[in-house]
Amino acid sequence: MTPGSFEYHRPQSVDEAVALLGQYGDEGKVLAGGHSLVPMMKLRLAAPSHLIDINGIDDLKGIAEDGGEIVIGAGTTQAEVLASDLLAESCPILPEAAALIADPQVRNCGTVGGNCANGDPGNDYPAIMIALGASYTLRSADGERQVVAADFYEGVYATAIEDNELMIAVRIPTHADGAGMSYRKIKRKVGDYAIAAAAVTLSMDGGKCASATVALTNVADTAVLSAAAADALVGSAVDDKAIDAAAEKAMADSDPAEDLRGPVEYRRAMAGEMTRRAIREALARAGGS
Amino acid sequence: MTGISLTINGETVEAEVEPRTLLIHFLRESQNIIGPHIGCETSHCGACTVDLDGKSVKACTIFAVQADGADVLTVEGLAEGAELHPLQQAFTDNHGLQCGYCTPGMLTRAYRLLLENPDPTDEEIRMGIAGNICRCTGYQSIVKAIREAADKINAGEGAD
Repeated sequence: MTPGSFEYHRPQSVDEAVALLGQYGDEGKVLAGGHSLVPMMKLRLAAPSHLIDINGIDDLKGIAEDGGEIVIGAGTTQAEVLASDLLAESCPILPEAAALIADPQVRNCGTVGGNCANGDPGNDYPAIMIALGASYTLRSADGERQVVAADFYEGVYATAIEDNELMIAVRIPTHADGAGMSYRKIKRKVGDYAIAAAAVTLSMDGGKCASATVALTNVADTAVLSAAAADALVGSAVDDKAIDAAAEKAMADSDPAEDLRGPVEYRRAMAGEMTRRAIREALARAGGS
Repeated sequence: MTGISLTINGETVEAEVEPRTLLIHFLRESQNIIGPHIGCETSHCGACTVDLDGKSVKACTIFAVQADGADVLTVEGLAEGAELHPLQQAFTDNHGLQCGYCTPGMLTRAYRLLLENPDPTDEEIRMGIAGNICRCTGYQSIVKAIREAADKINAGEGAD
């Protein structure tokens, strides 16, 4: 299978890349890791006239701390996330999730920005970024803007990014309050998207849950922020009753489609079970039991 | 057409390619390097795995133009003349293949895995080759072969 013809561009800087995006509009597509885009091009579900390969742009790579935030360049690969000492120390949910994405070869190519910006409900980072309160830095020739992850996803492959914009970084607030985090995913096999997955952050104060976020992967048209599930935890001791209540709310906020991964009832039940497991792990990491 | 220049198994290659030419097609059809196989063509099976600038990648999902300036190693580059790479010998000795279709990808991936992690546990081997599908062996003998090759390489027997 060979994709349709296109003109290939390999900009060396962000400025050059956004100039090309501005020039070609909806006829241009950004090539990052390519492992979502290239298969779609082979099937002619995507047929860009201009492919803008951002892999040569050094400014899009790297993981650093910047005044209370962790900043991950959009071109940073999953393999680089897995190998990052900084993330292992300060945001372990990301390398743990990276290990659940695809396989070693694909992780050498796939990027954080691609996973976040692609808009496929099966991508793992959107729910995690929503749960972490992350925001995305989008750049066009006209300037730069920050979009909160929770506001970014509009539908299947529909996001807030404009044709002339490039995602250049993900900014994640450092969780200094001792919050525990967890991402639990059930999938059929290596390389498959989640049947369901849940990202949870949770902080405890005096035996009570002080704050929590719950977000879900691949059980609706976009990643789902379940405020109701979080509300069921906040103020509770995060005992079994509260955990079950939160899982029920997460299931109610799920709207999975029946597909090869199972019927609706099963996938919704798995959203609940992944929520339970992620809450328990986040709780243990937050110093609760 | 776009001009590219790259190194394949130690040899410099210059060629003109269409941007849409996938690296696997360039290797097999333009360069007659037919070790890397085309399996699923959707980046799942790993039969097309090659080493690109020291990283394992699936050549069915990378364009040849992206390999401009790169150093590519395929299964053809593993043996030293008539002497098999320890991995190739271990696959032979341990029945690490039956039909052989996945083998070039398995070997190329295992080669990089052992450079990244010279003494992997069986679990690490399994996770390391998780992107390579074999439909014959049930993987046991592949894991055993990689384990044996690692031991031999670490004992100083064989190259690399």
